[in-house]
Amino acid sequence: MSKHLVTNNPKPYMNPYIAGIGLGLVLLLSYVIMGRGLGASGAISTVVAVGVNTVAPSHASGNTFYSEYLGDGTTNPLKDWLVFEVMGVLVGGFISGMFAGRVNKSIEKGPLFSNRKRLYFAVFGGALMGFGAKLARGCTSGQALTGGSILNLGSWAFMMCVFAGAYMFAYFVRRQWL
Amino acid sequence: MMPYFKFDYFGADTGLVFAFIIGIGFGFFLERAGFGTAKKLAAQFYFKDLTVFKVMFTAIVTAMLGVYFLSVFGLMDITMVNVIDTYIVPQIVGGLLLGVGFVIGGYCPGTSVVACATGKIDGVFFIGGVFLGTFIYGEVYPLIQGFANSTPMGKVLMPTYFNIPYGILVFAVVLMALGGFAAAEWAEKKFGYKKPEVAHED
Repeated sequence: MSKHLVTNNPKPYMNPYIAGIGLGLVLLLSYVIMGRGLGASGAISTVVAVGVNTVAPSHASGNTFYSEYLGDGTTNPLKDWLVFEVMGVLVGGFISGMFAGRVNKSIEKGPLFSNRKRLYFAVFGGALMGFGAKLARGCTSGQALTGGSILNLGSWAFMMCVFAGAYMFAYFVRRQWL
Repeated sequence: MMPYFKFDYFGADTGLVFAFIIGIGFGFFLERAGFGTAKKLAAQFYFKDLTVFKVMFTAIVTAMLGVYFLSVFGLMDITMVNVIDTYIVPQIVGGLLLGVGFVIGGYCPGTSVVACATGKIDGVFFIGGVFLGTFIYGEVYPLIQGFANSTPMGKVLMPTYFNIPYGILVFAVVLMALGGFAAAEWAEKKFGYKKPEVAHED
């Protein structure tokens, strides 16, 4: 079911510790150059706020959550650091996948789970994450990785809860993966 | 003096160019680690494959040591680094929701971008879900903003909060990570796939 665009022999993944050092150096570079860490969910929030503002401007400006992402109107809200960074993530992920022969059209799941159910689960899990990341003021990138490395108290509490939540719930969705 | 942007070495527009370049590096290493596929990410939560833990903590330790030594040697002003405010209870609830969403959805927001980039249909649907969840949050925000902004603690780093010297805590996190890696290797041998699906290159 997976259709490879590049090669039929995907290369093995990088040693996790080497990949971790690479990721850590990218994060460090971000601190050194910008004084800020990485992120992902923030870019999606900006796009959502812009979308709502396009469809219903008065509704968006009356809501403090959206208006925070829209700014004061002097600059385009999409000219945002995280939006540009996430566009880079898209390109970087594609470059790496391309060179490793891992760009292919597929649905990732365990063998006993139907495609349709997997896609429902993906949307539902994504929605929980989108909602949770707003409450937590960041996701695995912005909180766990970025805040974790500067020993931010809230980030460490958050990170432990992410692992706790996932391990506690894993049993109930095991058929999706195993 | 680092961070360069905070000391006006360049403007915000140049910062966007750096954002794109840094993003490329971020996406590259996420994909290299195998984080473009939900199966590998979710395996973490069944003790089959602890790559998520290993990569995350190696990255945290690497960046933590870098920031620590740059500030000790006086090359970086750590007080200029952005710190997200702590709202402890909403962050605990948000973290739990994220964890449950992770094992149901198979990705987190960052890794789902990489999954999309490498053609994973479930990654595309997951991102759609993140947009939906963010939109729902935005719509109900007026109702929940009291809770969302409860227990504010401001910008609080653990050395200050626990009154432990920065260097000692950095050292403790390194030891904890090393212990965690040893435990992860042991757990993979005990609970992991008998024959690794994909061998690692060393």
